[in-house]
Amino acid sequence: MIRSITRQKPLEEILSLLQGAQSLFLFGCGTCVTLCHTGGAPEVKQMADNLKQQGKVITGTMVIPVACDEISHEAMELHAEEISQAQAALIMTCAFGVQTISRHIQVPVVPALETLFIGKERGIGLFEEICTQCGECILGDTGGLCPVTSCHKGLVNGPCGGTNNGKCEIDPEIDCVWTLIYQRLKEQGKLDRMRKMQPPRNYQAPPKPGYMRILDTERR
Amino acid sequence: MRLRFREILQSGKFVVTAEIGPPKGTNLQHMLHHIDLLKDQVDALNVTDHQSSVMRYPSLGGALLVKEQGGEPILQMTCRDRNRLALQADLLFAHSRGIHNVLCLTGDSVVVGDHKDAKGVFDLDSCQLLAAIRTMEKGMDLGGNQLDGGIEFCAGAIVTPEANPIEPQLIKFEKKVEAGAEFFQTQAVYDLEKFQRFMEYARPFGVKILAGIILLTSWRMADFMNKNVPGVFVPQPLIDEMKSAPKGEALRVGIEIAARMIRAIRENQICDGVHIMAIGKEEVVPQILKEAALLDA
Repeated sequence: MIRSITRQKPLEEILSLLQGAQSLFLFGCGTCVTLCHTGGAPEVKQMADNLKQQGKVITGTMVIPVACDEISHEAMELHAEEISQAQAALIMTCAFGVQTISRHIQVPVVPALETLFIGKERGIGLFEEICTQCGECILGDTGGLCPVTSCHKGLVNGPCGGTNNGKCEIDPEIDCVWTLIYQRLKEQGKLDRMRKMQPPRNYQAPPKPGYMRILDTERR
Repeated sequence: MRLRFREILQSGKFVVTAEIGPPKGTNLQHMLHHIDLLKDQVDALNVTDHQSSVMRYPSLGGALLVKEQGGEPILQMTCRDRNRLALQADLLFAHSRGIHNVLCLTGDSVVVGDHKDAKGVFDLDSCQLLAAIRTMEKGMDLGGNQLDGGIEFCAGAIVTPEANPIEPQLIKFEKKVEAGAEFFQTQAVYDLEKFQRFMEYARPFGVKILAGIILLTSWRMADFMNKNVPGVFVPQPLIDEMKSAPKGEALRVGIEIAARMIRAIRENQICDGVHIMAIGKEEVVPQILKEAALLDA
């Protein structure tokens, strides 16, 4: 399943963002941030304890099952009074959750996490980006492995000269995706795909800002 | 009148190029000194483009200086810092000012350099930049618009003959040839037997190949490159030779090794020439050339 991968901001930064707000309501989420251990129930409790130690008053906390879901405001209504007593809401969800919650409450929101990429959990505690939504899919030429996402430079015509022993120039722990693509295409007898000259990419292929309306006639 | 680099490449002579690194700042004295020292000793001078992603005086400015001093510049262009509009504009400018040669590179990642938070652009890659030059030579820009006054370049690229695994790099090499590369300057080679095998593969493509020669200045530098520079392998006997140099003589031994390799490449006609990278020791390039018997005493 596709996941929003997050990292907690340092406590000093969170405190600086919370300057002037003495009473706080804390939000977590039961989905992606629970998986990343950045905004699940244990992390929300830990954050509440840390903030109390810093002299903050916690008016309440809640872990919304799916913070980005539009029906989340119904769950939030159960805590309406505690939320309204707070001077700020510290939100331990991905940026999608922050934006969804902020539409439904009057209290100013402060994000506690950085949203890093959209990916999947490949192994326990191991997260990997899978798609950067480039709008021009070339997976058919690359053995089903995405160089736009998995090559540090997003190169589409083969590896750079920085790769070494199948690893990436920037980190010997990271695989060079072009080495993997080469191996996959070779196994499939499809190396001619790698020889194909990929033209310059169309960076306007995905609309920016991302916005699309599907007409009723197309939906049928 | 000085021969253009393309004419030199086609003349069949053993081609020698060297490298100039622009300064961090506007004090051009040191670079001008290196240009004066080398411009008449080599066939062309590469000017590096924010080498290792370290921000410097631009390669375009350095190439203009080489030109103004009477040398033949090879403008290095990476795809790291400019999108396709800026790359095309710089090609127009370079051509308009008499720069006829360009070396197209992908470019190192910004994270290895001194502006680690910067955005790496990579709007085009090295193959697409080569193809862009050939498109513009036909009078069109990448947007399909007519140019009022075109360009013409002798365009080259790089290849790493000792990369591991080598096959993906060879596919890229072939794509660069197809995209319009006329010459290649290779990553440093130290094992000539292995390089010879690469040349057996590369020769049928009909492009000119200049072997990369990086001057060794200490055994530690050789060891460092083996551990940290992708595709560079200094064989143990050469490291031992550097190690056995008496105190203060390591540079002299490094010069000897470089000169010996150049002589061997030339005498055995392994490839079409050499590209000497003296990284910070440009002063000794004439001595390397002299010891390689490429200069009159």
